[in-house]
Amino acid sequence: MTKTNAAGKTRRQIYEDRLRRRSMLIAGGSTLAVFLAVVILVPMAPGWDRVKASFFNWEVFAKTFPKLLEAFKLDVAIFLWSAPAIVILGLLVALARDTRNPALFPLRILGAAYTDIFRGVPVVLTVYLIGFGIPGLGLPRPWNSPYIWGSLALILTYSAYVAEIFRSGIESVHTSQRAAAASLGLSDADSMRFVILPQAIRRVIPAQMNMFIALQKDVALLSFIGPVEIFRQAGVFKSLLANFTPYVGAAVIFLAVTIPATRYADYLMAKQNRERS
Amino acid sequence: MAKITLKAVEKRFGDNTVCDGIDLEVEEGQLVCLIGASGAGKSTLLRCINLLETIEDGEILLDGEDISLPGLDPQPVRRRIGMVFQSYNLFPHMTAAENVMLAPRRVYKKSRAALRPEVTELFERFGLADRMDHYPDQLSGGQQQRVAIVRALAMKPEVMLFDEITSALDPQLVGEVLDVLRLLKESGMTMVLATHEMGFAREAADKVCFLKNGKVVEEGAPSALFVTPKHPDTQAFLARALK
Repeated sequence: MTKTNAAGKTRRQIYEDRLRRRSMLIAGGSTLAVFLAVVILVPMAPGWDRVKASFFNWEVFAKTFPKLLEAFKLDVAIFLWSAPAIVILGLLVALARDTRNPALFPLRILGAAYTDIFRGVPVVLTVYLIGFGIPGLGLPRPWNSPYIWGSLALILTYSAYVAEIFRSGIESVHTSQRAAAASLGLSDADSMRFVILPQAIRRVIPAQMNMFIALQKDVALLSFIGPVEIFRQAGVFKSLLANFTPYVGAAVIFLAVTIPATRYADYLMAKQNRERS
Repeated sequence: MAKITLKAVEKRFGDNTVCDGIDLEVEEGQLVCLIGASGAGKSTLLRCINLLETIEDGEILLDGEDISLPGLDPQPVRRRIGMVFQSYNLFPHMTAAENVMLAPRRVYKKSRAALRPEVTELFERFGLADRMDHYPDQLSGGQQQRVAIVRALAMKPEVMLFDEITSALDPQLVGEVLDVLRLLKESGMTMVLATHEMGFAREAADKVCFLKNGKVVEEGAPSALFVTPKHPDTQAFLARALK
């Protein structure tokens, strides 16, 4: 029989309770120490008052925040029309790179070249080149819009990454699944569509979510070619008010979207790891 | 004419010769067991018959027709030859019934509604009636393997290949899968089975082939091969396997 004390706990439980209390105490103490150090030490810096006035000015923040939020709607819109295009193009490129049909070999090379090029060039450069370059051809309205070509630059860049993630998912499905599908007489296309892809896509959803969180932030790069989205709007306020607080406001808005999304992606990833083990 | 005829089949992986001139005949309705140590070439031979592997030399005939012809479309052949794998290989994202219906739906263009009665009947026949809408990870190993057998049968194959289908199972689950094989044999299915289940081979097989290093060392009726093996390699293998 197990020995228990008055509270009905085994000696193992008592021991583990004590350990848990101790580690909570240490964690709480060290967190408090770091926090106090920051709060006390940073304001002791010689330029703190100036930084506070120009980055953390509450009046400016309250005045500009609603307008920034308004401008952020444009970021969301650009994100919303780019994301589905990225999923589709990324999937097509991944499939092109996986094809074994010799007639489609050019597609395979093209797919490889595409992912190499667009993953190799900084996003902001692609935005500049496509966003300024193509309207420079003197296209009639609305085809000279920076919205179209800026979005295209994002779509092309992100599809390259998304395609590689899809491809890694396709390759992670064990060959025995392909063998089983083939042994049933399924065609290669059917085997991909019904057996491989559904498993591959499910596996890469957390990784793809991280890509789309990054995309949400990179929409701000379009400000360089014209659209007055949140980053550009913050820049306008900065010049108008000679104060950097609008940038902090913009950062707050981005964080409000990206932190929950990141937490959710981490949660999905952890859940998947648990299921696989 | 034999249902399946193998003539001097040779299969190499690089420098490694896995099937080294294998001759084999399987008559209609026969159950042929391939026995031998792991790596003897049993599984590879089955994969070659199902055209999952291409052979370097020799011929494989199905009803006298050469199915190992280079350049032949393998899909129509695979529909006639069902295969079941050691690790079940069910599609994990589909229910048992969806696993079974996928190939008939896509290949024979039948609707789910049209397939449901015959698929239900198959599930009932193999004691899986209440498991149709379960996902593979909700099934025991024995149930998964029986679903895999049902999945292959749903294509109405003329021949079934079984690749060590009980090797991954807990001992108490082996029996239920072997019962399925007995049922199939009664129905007249032509079957080739790579197996380590010597007791089953001895009791149910029409012919047993002992393979070693990619060659058929000895073949014969189980009553002969298990009782009076002639070749010293067969004797040594059986002495160890039957201990």
